[in-house]
Amino acid sequence: MTQYLVSVLTDSNELADDAEMAAIDVFNERLQADGHWVFAGGLAAPGSSTVVDGRGDGAPLVTDGPYAEAKEWIIGFWIIEAPHLDAALRLAGEGSKACNRRVELRPFLAG
Amino acid sequence: MSDAGEVITRVHRAEWARVVAALTRRFGDLDLAEEMAAEAFAAAVERWPADGVPPNPAGWVTTTAQRKAIDRLRREARRDEKHREALMLHDSPEPLGAIDDDRLRLVFTCCHPALAMEARVALTLRMVGGLTVPEIARAFLVQESAMGQRITRAKTKIKDAGIPYGVPLRDDLPARVTGVLAVLFLIFNEGYLASDPGKEAVRADLTAEAIRLTRLVRALLPADGEAAGLLALMLLTEARRPARVSAAGELIVLGEQDRTAWDRELIAEGHALVRARLAAGRRPGRYQILAAINAVHTDARDPRDTDWSQVVALYDQLLRLDPSPIVRLNRAIAIAELDGPEVALAEVGSLPLDGYHAWHATRADLLRRLGRTGQARTAYDRAIALSGNTAESAYLRRRRDQLPTSQG
Repeated sequence: MTQYLVSVLTDSNELADDAEMAAIDVFNERLQADGHWVFAGGLAAPGSSTVVDGRGDGAPLVTDGPYAEAKEWIIGFWIIEAPHLDAALRLAGEGSKACNRRVELRPFLAG
Repeated sequence: MSDAGEVITRVHRAEWARVVAALTRRFGDLDLAEEMAAEAFAAAVERWPADGVPPNPAGWVTTTAQRKAIDRLRREARRDEKHREALMLHDSPEPLGAIDDDRLRLVFTCCHPALAMEARVALTLRMVGGLTVPEIARAFLVQESAMGQRITRAKTKIKDAGIPYGVPLRDDLPARVTGVLAVLFLIFNEGYLASDPGKEAVRADLTAEAIRLTRLVRALLPADGEAAGLLALMLLTEARRPARVSAAGELIVLGEQDRTAWDRELIAEGHALVRARLAAGRRPGRYQILAAINAVHTDARDPRDTDWSQVVALYDQLLRLDPSPIVRLNRAIAIAELDGPEVALAEVGSLPLDGYHAWHATRADLLRRLGRTGQARTAYDRAIALSGNTAESAYLRRRRDQLPTSQG
């Protein structure tokens, strides 16, 4: 089994509407029932992020805002478990349909 | 000595994919499979001339490669049980039916849609075709190191992303077969009409390799009409290769080719495949229709005997599957023969293909035939500027320079 990060991409700060939320709920329930579910969550807008750099000697350096301005950003994610990429691709396709946004699928490094 | 060399070449051609596929299946590691297969063939080159060819050459290579792989795994402590287990798990997604062949798994893995197209091409030529990295690099005019990296990156993605070593899930199968055929067609086309002006116009090594791989895929997927169609299309195209470029390196168009130079054996094989598909009575896909169009052309001993109404009817059929401007352009070329250049020009004119050299070349030819010399010249100029193939631009330049100079 490999774990995959399914990042939900967006170019607007609009949250999921009622129909999208309902579809996401159905998809989540299916992930759980079929044993693919690891974790999922939505993220606040990139403007609410803070960059922290603790590598220096003194107190960590704290900076407001996303570390890079991007045309598209991640608005939420799933972590799923699948036996191989073909199964993960299929789930990612269903997830993309449910949340009505593009998603990016990326494997975790094998332990 | 040379006998052993010949046997090695023959076994390499016939068995490379099988050896790599069997090793990948057993050890779950594409990298290891490729390296050990190469080492086993290197051992054969070293030993057979002196020791004699073993009674079962293919078996010898497979056994040697497997032994080398086991030795390697034993030596490498980093490959602990857990790691190997992780690699082994990406096995076939679904129990395999009639098409269970390790080589087919290999083909589907190398042509996986999650890989970039150029990586699929390189990986297929290396893993399934057995071409060396320098050979593939030469074929695509890429630095050897860059091609090596491309293949390494693809293998890393296969491993990290968990691209399965197996035949696709049933629902995915049609799309995945289409993807495999697209890779093979791209290899063939790169050989048939090299897109780079620095390359030879026709590159027989690539067309031959594409045909060999397509034969393999067709043998592995005997029920797939499009695999048969693609093979027929390649054979009927390859058959015309000897007549396609002049001694001076200029493209010779279909109507002007010396048809006695066509390869009759390839044509006969291609026609037989097309007939078999027709007899199957299934709705043909794109490659089968293109093969049928090529069968009509290669059926005519003289260009004037070409059954153009049949060609137009086949393009109509293709348009229903793929209503693209390029198909409409090719249909219009046949219409020019059936209904004259005026009708064809009206069809061509509105197509949104301004960046496509063949659109300008077609317009140039139709305008020339209509005596609209000035417009024809402009169209030839555009076609020449856009064409990347040396033989094609030589042909277009001659055509342009042969236009009468007077009126516009």
